[in-house]
Amino acid sequence: MVKGTITIDQDRCKGCELCTGVCPKDVLVMDNDTLNAKGYHPALLQDPDELCTGCAQCAVICPDVCITVYRDPIPAR
Amino acid sequence: MEMLKGNVAIAEAAIRVGLEAYFGYPITPQTELLEHLSRRMVELDRPFVQAESEVAAINMVYGAACAGVRVMTSSSSPGISLMQEGLSYIAGSDIPCVLVDIMRGGPGLGNILPSQGDYFQITRSAGHGDYRPIVLAPASVQEAIDFTVLAFDLAEKYRHLVIVAADGQIGQMMEPAELPAMRPLRTARPDWALTGKAGREKNVITSIYLKGEEMEAYNQRVQARIATIRTAEQRWVETDTEDADLLVIGFGTAGRVAYSAVEEARAKGLNVGLLRPQSLFPFPTERIAELAQQVSGILVVEMNAGQMLEDVRLAVGTSAPVDFYGRMGGMVPMPDEILTAIEDVYPVAIR
Amino acid sequence: MMRDAPISDRVVVYERPQALADIHTHYCPGCTHGISHRLVAEAIDELGLNDRAIIVASVGCSVFSYNYFDIDACEAAHGRAPAMATGLKRVSPDRLVFTYQGDGDLASIGTAEIIHAAARGEPVTAVFVNNAIYGMTGGQMAPTSLPGQKTTSSPFGRSTDIAGFPIRMSEVLAELDGSAYIVRRSLHNVKEIRRAKKAIKTAFKVQMAGLGFSMVELLSTCPTNWGMSASDALTWVADTMVPYYPLGDYRVIDAVKDL
Repeated sequence: MVKGTITIDQDRCKGCELCTGVCPKDVLVMDNDTLNAKGYHPALLQDPDELCTGCAQCAVICPDVCITVYRDPIPAR
Repeated sequence: MEMLKGNVAIAEAAIRVGLEAYFGYPITPQTELLEHLSRRMVELDRPFVQAESEVAAINMVYGAACAGVRVMTSSSSPGISLMQEGLSYIAGSDIPCVLVDIMRGGPGLGNILPSQGDYFQITRSAGHGDYRPIVLAPASVQEAIDFTVLAFDLAEKYRHLVIVAADGQIGQMMEPAELPAMRPLRTARPDWALTGKAGREKNVITSIYLKGEEMEAYNQRVQARIATIRTAEQRWVETDTEDADLLVIGFGTAGRVAYSAVEEARAKGLNVGLLRPQSLFPFPTERIAELAQQVSGILVVEMNAGQMLEDVRLAVGTSAPVDFYGRMGGMVPMPDEILTAIEDVYPVAIR
Repeated sequence: MMRDAPISDRVVVYERPQALADIHTHYCPGCTHGISHRLVAEAIDELGLNDRAIIVASVGCSVFSYNYFDIDACEAAHGRAPAMATGLKRVSPDRLVFTYQGDGDLASIGTAEIIHAAARGEPVTAVFVNNAIYGMTGGQMAPTSLPGQKTTSSPFGRSTDIAGFPIRMSEVLAELDGSAYIVRRSLHNVKEIRRAKKAIKTAFKVQMAGLGFSMVELLSTCPTNWGMSASDALTWVADTMVPYYPLGDYRVIDAVKDL
């Protein structure tokens, strides 16, 4: 299984929640404990079981380019 | 020297001075200008577009001017009205631009006869907002050529809008004139131009300044430039003003007809002089104020209801009485009408 | 498999494109302008046109788009971007010149300009954001507002008796022989966003190959003025806008297929 992860620039996030709606692994939530500089609850990756595959669907739908997507390097066979 | 039609002469003068792109729209009495360029620009492989409207044409000009090329458009009164917004955007972004206005009878659809009824429209601003374009007013085909060349040089010197304001008569008549030699096209584009940010930071050309302080600062820069233009670029011609008791002031075709009337008045022993503004902005205010001290009266002659008249009054103040003779609706005054007006207002004491 | 390799060892597979300036936008939460901006920037990056691209911004919510792209930019008067782009492109034939316009700009005040740019076959690209409303001025009816759609200037719902019918601009421009590539896409889900990206990239290729006029219409949202959440707005596009504005390719000349 490809392993991946994302980083979220929480300062850019406007709390539109679109990313949480498209994550196939449901590992994106709204961070209700944080208010960013714009006064929004930013999105948050909650992926204790490392389910994220780096599919980038969240980044594709994010209107504010908050999400950078990483994948584990696939070792050369 | 060759016999040239005003519109054609202006068009060819622009070609000779290195016009790189033209965008226009047909409207009488200006259309031959566009027609000439539709052949010559294509012959010389330079961009030419007959736009879908004057509104589109002036915005095409704005686009090409943003790329830093020498560009021009031309129209007549109603078309110039349609171009006002575009002119204001050009004025609001320090873009050099040349606009030729072959004025016609108005308001409204009016007619295609020569007129000067757009003096206020073209001298007071460029569309909305504070701005004074440079306005040159030829009174002959030769001056139409010379002022077209001058217009490009001034537009680039100041990054300013320059209007060549002729009328239907100057545009349509033919008379002998000399065209300048062909200047080579410029190759380099100014550093502010939009050419793609290769090797530099991006350029942005916009007339938006949401913050009031920034918009005011921009306006202050423009007004400083206009103040420089006011002093440096005044142009006029004087005839027999040394001993004049009555000064006639008229521009363009009205000034040309007034010249004949002044000659006839002189022949009748009247001390009459003529001052013909060649630049409507900057207006020759100081010189007129000076002459107002010397003469006993001033007669302004225009093909409108009296518009340059106000600039003359501003210059003269109370130094001398200012009278007016004008024709409207595309009517061109004959010399004898002006001679009668001269005699009517001629300072009685001298007679 | 490197289970928990540190971020630095992992491969970035998705990040902000270079052509998109690294600044925050003023767009409302969930507004798809942010998506279409990114897609345009990705297309510019992938085609290596960053140093030759010039955007003609229009008047509407995207009026500041000249700030949001790291390319040369200018700002057209409302509706006049296609004319400004014409002037720019005619004197810069080897540059990428594109307009970024909303439905008020393109389908209302600028109808003549977009139609004639297409009719002339100007090799420029129009990125047309159709969100069926005037956003910047606070939610008025647009020529693309749907029958019955409530807006601040059609408070009882757009009445076709009073305000006529929405205009399908892709179909209109597809009729013009100067058009080389006219397609309508949408941004209402990830699949459609990816398809929209491909279309924008194709449109730019059409331009650079000088094949004629290209336009990509993008069904977009306006959560704030529609009075919906960002996700409900996407649903409204899918359920209500797409039926009126069918997605698809409306004119693709043969030469485009060889690109």
